[in-house]
Amino acid sequence: MDVSALYITLKLAVATTLILVVVAAPMAYLLAYVRFPGKSLVETLVYLPMALPPTVIGFYLVMFMGPRGGLGRLWQMGTGHPLLFTFQGIVIASLIYSIPFAIQPMKAAFLKIDRRMIENAYVLGLSARETFFRVVIPNSMSGIVAAAVLVFLHSIGAFGILMMVGGSIPGETRVASIAIYEAVETMDYRGAALMSLSFIPVSYAFLLLVNRLNKDG
Amino acid sequence: MFLHFSAGRKLDFFDLDISFSCSAGKMLVLIGPSGGGKTTIVRMLAGLEKPDRGTITFGDEVWFDCSRGIHLPPRKRRLGYVFQDYSLFPHLTLFENAAFAAVDHREVNDLLDLFGIGHLRDRKPHQVSGGERQRCAICQALARHPRLLLLDEPLSALDVVTRRELREELKILKTRISFPIVYVTHDINEALFLADAILPVVNGRADAEWMHRAAGGESSTLSPPRAARAPRLALAY
Repeated sequence: MDVSALYITLKLAVATTLILVVVAAPMAYLLAYVRFPGKSLVETLVYLPMALPPTVIGFYLVMFMGPRGGLGRLWQMGTGHPLLFTFQGIVIASLIYSIPFAIQPMKAAFLKIDRRMIENAYVLGLSARETFFRVVIPNSMSGIVAAAVLVFLHSIGAFGILMMVGGSIPGETRVASIAIYEAVETMDYRGAALMSLSFIPVSYAFLLLVNRLNKDG
Repeated sequence: MFLHFSAGRKLDFFDLDISFSCSAGKMLVLIGPSGGGKTTIVRMLAGLEKPDRGTITFGDEVWFDCSRGIHLPPRKRRLGYVFQDYSLFPHLTLFENAAFAAVDHREVNDLLDLFGIGHLRDRKPHQVSGGERQRCAICQALARHPRLLLLDEPLSALDVVTRRELREELKILKTRISFPIVYVTHDINEALFLADAILPVVNGRADAEWMHRAAGGESSTLSPPRAARAPRLALAY
């Protein structure tokens, strides 16, 4: 069994989850409450990774993060290293791949909050930012946890996009889903079975948690 | 402090256009049928909705002036607003709710005791009755040391007994405060019991005749002795 692949998978999923919860919360709030021109276009763009084949997203990310792509070039200038085929590279890919799964439950949770509660916070002297942290976030915890769980599960299951952006470098970009694929390719069925089995209790427990949260919420 | 409202806004079914004033220590009751624009007026006073035209001033302070493009946001108006149904924060206890924007946290316990909910200070809003929640909402508004208190049908969701109790408490509260109160109701008895001045609002306009029509049509809701010593209409206020 490729333990380092399991470790990389866990590291990637935790990084993606932590970053997305922080980044997606204000975006979801914006999409839930703020009216601005072109909002539906922006919202559709945010959800696009859910509707595209992972290899298509992977292809565009390779172009964008490669040495001639905008982000790849900037990264190279800033760090002296390429972005493709690195752990940082697959984190970026994973963030883009999972962003709809963070935004959707959070937006739904924010929309469930009674508008009068938010107005009451404004009347009581809170700014929009203070209202977000003191009223909206504490009353949307079930949606935020659901988003975190979904992102985590989605990240540990990513395959095609990570293969394209990160390849399969042991200890760096080879995640468990890729290791399982390669184990099967090389007819190491025992290794593939063990790694596959390790996913089931984790995914089951997390999905159970999401169901509980949905019931409570 | 003197509140002056003279503003209007085009709504879906009518054009709201109304003027009134209210001075410190007085309670102005906006009364009228549902959907007549009372809540919109209160929301404009709070800064939650913007009029299309006119001015809203409080003392020397301009809260809204269409011609000068002034619209003071709600948080800068320093007012208390008790909503029609409970807008308490469900994740906080009654004490934390009342202290949410308190100027002096030491006063909060006194306020809760004054409204008879001191013993419930550690309960969450869903663990207490509707009347207790609404009492807490009033404490929350008062703890902020508001310059103006807005009460938008605060008793409408309560049972008859609680409504009567809280009405008495509001009457006592009125004698102790030194800022204007704008109170919204569609209950004539409530208006006559609490008001220093009454402004009937029908389809966004002041309608002095409405009280008489409503009293004539629903004589059971308007007790004659109270009607006899009814507060003056704000139209002539």
